[in-house]
Amino acid sequence: MTERMLLIAGRSSEQGTSLNKGKLKAEYLQVTSTAEMNEQDMARLDLKDGDRIRLSNGVGEATVTCTPRKVTDLPSGMIFMPYGPSSSELMESDTAGSGMPISKNFAVTVEKVIG
Amino acid sequence: MSENLRVVENATCTFCGCVCDDMILTVDDTEKRIVKAKNACVLGRAWFAEHTIEENAPAAMISGKPASIADAVAEAARILVEARFPITYGLSDTTCEAQRQAVAITDMIRGNIDTTTSVCHGPSGLAFQGIGESTMTLGEVKNRADLVVYWGGNPAEAHPRHFGRYAVTPKGMFTPNGKKDRTVVLVDVRRTSSTPAANIFVQLKPGKDFELLWALRARVKGREIKANIEEITGVSPAVIEDLVQRMKSCRYGVLFFGMGLTMTRGRHFNSGALLALATDLNEFTHFVAKPVRGHGNVTGADNVVSWQTGYPFGVNFSRGYPRFNPGEFTTVDTLSRGDADAAMIIASDPASNFPKAAIAHLRRIPVISLDTKVTSTSTLARVAFRTSTYGINTGGTVYRMDDVPITLRKAFDSPFPDDETILRALKEKVQELLRLRMPRGAKSAFELPLSA
Repeated sequence: MTERMLLIAGRSSEQGTSLNKGKLKAEYLQVTSTAEMNEQDMARLDLKDGDRIRLSNGVGEATVTCTPRKVTDLPSGMIFMPYGPSSSELMESDTAGSGMPISKNFAVTVEKVIG
Repeated sequence: MSENLRVVENATCTFCGCVCDDMILTVDDTEKRIVKAKNACVLGRAWFAEHTIEENAPAAMISGKPASIADAVAEAARILVEARFPITYGLSDTTCEAQRQAVAITDMIRGNIDTTTSVCHGPSGLAFQGIGESTMTLGEVKNRADLVVYWGGNPAEAHPRHFGRYAVTPKGMFTPNGKKDRTVVLVDVRRTSSTPAANIFVQLKPGKDFELLWALRARVKGREIKANIEEITGVSPAVIEDLVQRMKSCRYGVLFFGMGLTMTRGRHFNSGALLALATDLNEFTHFVAKPVRGHGNVTGADNVVSWQTGYPFGVNFSRGYPRFNPGEFTTVDTLSRGDADAAMIIASDPASNFPKAAIAHLRRIPVISLDTKVTSTSTLARVAFRTSTYGINTGGTVYRMDDVPITLRKAFDSPFPDDETILRALKEKVQELLRLRMPRGAKSAFELPLSA
């Protein structure tokens, strides 16, 4: 089962503290490959906390872990993930003449990774 | 922890753009590390605790092998001088003194200089040029602001002391009761750790910032807005009306805006709409706007590159004079298009956070990196310098996010040189190589013809 959702990459406390330890360290890589999803969206996609999901678009794909957020905190159809190597895999390099690649609110296909 | 402890007062945290200069650091001089950072936030504590000295790390590497600093400088200079489209990038986590050396080198080699601003508030930089900025210092906000609006940001996690030190809870001259004297509004697409600090949370639909800002502008000017505005933005006419009345009737209002505006569809149009709203509100009261900046001296990078070239980022010297053109001379573009044939990356890690087309090109060209730690960028670099950390091992100047310059106080010495020292040596070596290539009769390296 797959669904199209909007990905928002952004800062988080854990991302900020773990990058000080080192961007090549396991903690940073784990923090930046954890995607927050609305708990109802997760239930619909048959996902539990800690399940692996594949995010993909025309640019690339990243396999990350999902974790639930309350419906009131994160609207349905939205995924939040701290900036890092996983979000880079999905970012379009075209900046539309601005210098800035779109890093928030871009569409990705979400599917559960089985096995 | 040893007993060889020393306290450094009034030190400065350079992790984020808040640049809090009230740190009280306890330094262990035997172990060469900071064991306590009083007044620091969670990010600042990690910044000070994790920047220790790796004694056995080489100060310089060439092609992955330890090298002397002199050899590495010579190799880096050779790469830069021989390149046809060398780019310099990064600069937001180093001192202004180092930044000006980087601009000088790029000027000499007729290269391209850009900073992390281009993937941060670069769109806001464009909006400043188009609209203007009604600006202030954070001290003014602390002392005067009675309406504080955060738009598209999560300061509780990205700038944890912004609330407590500058804008929400501190008691000021005209805000003696702190938060009780202020109304705090947060506009975002999702609830975050920052939401509880707000009196009013406005949740809008993703990608509809421009539409909501334009609706607010219309209502401030007394114009009608579409009946289906809630369907478009997710925000009801009643909430818009309430916000407009609060904005027009406050004594001193401020709009702080984050990358929720610049990194989404609309980019500089979003920032421009917000800046225009602040300008409009000055018909009624005093209203200011300020981007909330990420890295410790990204604001300094804007200032230094501006005062040396006339432009804040995305500057190209290939014709012998500076030209500014975001989209052409910004680093995601020069890398993704394959324009750059050498890169000097200073205090930044594009190999871990750029789009993958840009990272792929970075792997194809010779890269020179200056960083305090091993990163994805330093790992792929032909020449990698290990440098000391600004604000911990070296002094210098940084700019807070409100363009206030702050002098750094170092806590303890590092065996590694600082960025400025490496860049000064590199500048001299570049000058030397350029002189050797000067045509007969020319008096300065700057007279080199374009084909040289």
